Amino acid sequence: MTALSVHGLFKRYGRVQVLNGIDLDIARGSITAILGPSGCGKTTLLRIVAGFDRADAGTITLNGTDVSSGRAVLPPDKRDIGYVAQEGALFPHLDVQANITFGLPFLTTGRRLRRDRAAALLELVSLDASLARRFPHQLSGGQQQRVALARALARKPSLVLLDEPFSSLDATLREATRTTVAAALKAENVSTLLVTHDQAEALSMADHIAVMTDGRFTQTGPPQQLYARPATLDTALLLGPASVLDGKVDDGRAVCPLGAMPLTQHCPDGDATILVRPEQLHLSDAGATADAGAATVTGCEFFGADMVVTVRLAGGATIRARATGTTTYHPGRPVTVTVHGPVHAYPRQEPGRRPDDVPIFPQPGPPPADGPEDR
Amino acid sequence: MPCLLIAGFAAIPLAVIAYYCFDVGWAVIEPLVFRPLIGELLTNTVLLCVTTTVCCLTAGVALAWLVERTDLPGRGVWLALLASPLAIPAFVNSYAWISLVPELHGLWAATLITSLSYYPFVLLPVAAALRGLDPALEETGRSLGLGPASVWGRVVLPQLRPAMLGGSLLVALHLLAEFGAIEQLRYATFATAIIAQYESTFASTAANALAAVLIACCLLFVTLEVLTRGRARTARLGSGAARAATPIRLGRRTAPAVAVLLTVIALAVGVPVYSVTRWLGHTDMAGFGMSTLLPVLATTAKLAALAAAATVAAGFPLAWLSVRYRSRMTTVLERSTYLSSSVPGVVVGLALVTVSIRYARPLYQTTILVVAAYVMLFLPRAMVNLRSAIGQAPPVLEEASRGLGQSAFATFRRVVIPLTARGVLSAAALVSLAVTTELTATILLAPTGTHTLATEFWSAAAEIDYPGAAPYAACMIVLSLPSAYLLLRQSARGVTR
Repeated sequence: MTALSVHGLFKRYGRVQVLNGIDLDIARGSITAILGPSGCGKTTLLRIVAGFDRADAGTITLNGTDVSSGRAVLPPDKRDIGYVAQEGALFPHLDVQANITFGLPFLTTGRRLRRDRAAALLELVSLDASLARRFPHQLSGGQQQRVALARALARKPSLVLLDEPFSSLDATLREATRTTVAAALKAENVSTLLVTHDQAEALSMADHIAVMTDGRFTQTGPPQQLYARPATLDTALLLGPASVLDGKVDDGRAVCPLGAMPLTQHCPDGDATILVRPEQLHLSDAGATADAGAATVTGCEFFGADMVVTVRLAGGATIRARATGTTTYHPGRPVTVTVHGPVHAYPRQEPGRRPDDVPIFPQPGPPPADGPEDR
Repeated sequence: MPCLLIAGFAAIPLAVIAYYCFDVGWAVIEPLVFRPLIGELLTNTVLLCVTTTVCCLTAGVALAWLVERTDLPGRGVWLALLASPLAIPAFVNSYAWISLVPELHGLWAATLITSLSYYPFVLLPVAAALRGLDPALEETGRSLGLGPASVWGRVVLPQLRPAMLGGSLLVALHLLAEFGAIEQLRYATFATAIIAQYESTFASTAANALAAVLIACCLLFVTLEVLTRGRARTARLGSGAARAATPIRLGRRTAPAVAVLLTVIALAVGVPVYSVTRWLGHTDMAGFGMSTLLPVLATTAKLAALAAAATVAAGFPLAWLSVRYRSRMTTVLERSTYLSSSVPGVVVGLALVTVSIRYARPLYQTTILVVAAYVMLFLPRAMVNLRSAIGQAPPVLEEASRGLGQSAFATFRRVVIPLTARGVLSAAALVSLAVTTELTATILLAPTGTHTLATEFWSAAAEIDYPGAAPYAACMIVLSLPSAYLLLRQSARGVTR
């Protein structure tokens, strides 16, 4: 049985079609991530599942119960869900323990039981039990998010909804909090729907990813499969940094300024856009044998453990490659570029698009804030 | 829909006066409006507004700068001390001065006393704006080659403009409405003339014509403020909190600066407190006693409590709408309460007398009518607090509670009420405290035999029974202290919001 199943969901705000026929099934105990850029409708979907908003059409089945059919839409408090908002939304007038036990029935749970339950949940999300008497404003952002999760788990909901739960945290805190939260969710074996625009978050936490653009799912599948075979160029770029090159597909092989390479998946012969991940590119010293038209280094960003080197190829196209931090690459230095493994290729669609127009690459620091605009 | 009713209710005085003037016809109104008396009153009123507003602006901005931007010793205390005139009703201040210096009268005396009472209306918003100003703006100005004076003129002042304009509007509207303070100084403005007219000819056409001109003045001031406010965005761009500015070292100028502050405080607070305590010493306690004071206190408390409850009940749904369902419609509704609040108490009183006599006779001379007047007058004061109270309970918290299995009702009880309670209580407190010092509407509307602190004070002061007025004055000052504190805190919080 599925924990959540959504069929043919439509939602329109004014003239904007926000959800355009969404179908989704979440298996019991699994973590499903909806990955999409800002404004693709993913938060709207989450709010409709939670019962905060109403869909125009479609059905939502929670644990085998239809909660959306006809006029009798089940209110959020009757849905047996746990909801963690973007900034945690802890009640500022209650301390941590009162926040966590907020949803427990007041009359049937005694004082000691509430305290024990709060302590157990704090431990589950790797927080010290001494925090129980603190107030939300005395906690850091990551602690607040973990308390919010503990609060959502307190009632043992059949489905937990996470709305960009880590986007308000800074980079280092985000990774640590993500790990704890994923561990807590797995430990409780609770079905989870996570909405995010951060590919690292989706890839690392989820068992299953649904990529969403413009109100519909473009591809769904396990993270490895999605990363290995993204169906479209946009999905491929959403899932991670890459260099995009103009080339063509000839007899099942990609041909571009980097040479001829095998493909990850079928692409019809003809002009194509070739996509290479930075970890596939290896740089080596061209040495004295380099001819005048060889690839040259144009820039280098050093990150400590590794670096990202920008290289201009003989044809004028630019690629970005990851290299270990032991060699130095000065601008102007000639290099030889080799590609490991198969590459992605997609039939070229937009003639106006230049290959180096898409320098998507992770920058150190927080990603662009994904505000409530995608509601 | 109920909110439409509430907003409409607050607009009754405006509608009544307009309808009345329309009803009796232009032929009757014209000679009443275009006559030398009105010209004289208009000159008097505008003159007083100009002189006092200029004084308040100068004093308010200068004091705000001293308090917020220099290294005065004891920085935290000065603002509270300088804001304390808020606790002294203007007509008590006037009484205090005139009982010490009986020669005071006319424009300059009125300017002095109203300025001393009203400068905090400019001081508080300007100080809050100065505090919220990102010093990086000034530093950037300096780095672009501007001297300290040019930075002040081209960077700081433009940022302070909304606060200065808002404060000036408040001062001007208070002056239009002020009756007690000005009457004692034998200066004639529209407000005093309306009461005089009412006392001689009751709710006559002449009184209503005066009220119509006064409303026109109010609307003119409000429009002027909106027009000059401009569209420039003065809020801080970008996220994060602004650093506090580095205070300017006063050095040798510390002593004169402190002397200036002390003089202002002595004039604005010291004189009334001294005067009231001196007269208290002369009060014939044997003849006066608690038996006289207690019933008056009880009546005042009853009216204050009724008004507070009614105002909060009317304001909460309106504030809820304007915070939660932001649209042009709800903003108009909310603003309409501000518009009617710029209508002086005299006009509200007169309008309610007129309307009750002509259309709702049973209501005339009832407590309901007085309380209705209080709601109209003080709804906006409550709105500020109610709005920020509701802002304390954002929808995401309600959603969190619903997601935790709580019904809509339980959510309201366990989340909304605890989070909004403080704001709602301070709204109620502000209204009830304002009621204790309300004079004009109470004079016009209170049922015969209803004696409040303000009316008792007024009848004693009008008979030059200074010792007899002193206990009521002292009570009003003490009761106004919490509301002054609330206003001070409100302005301190305004920055972080």
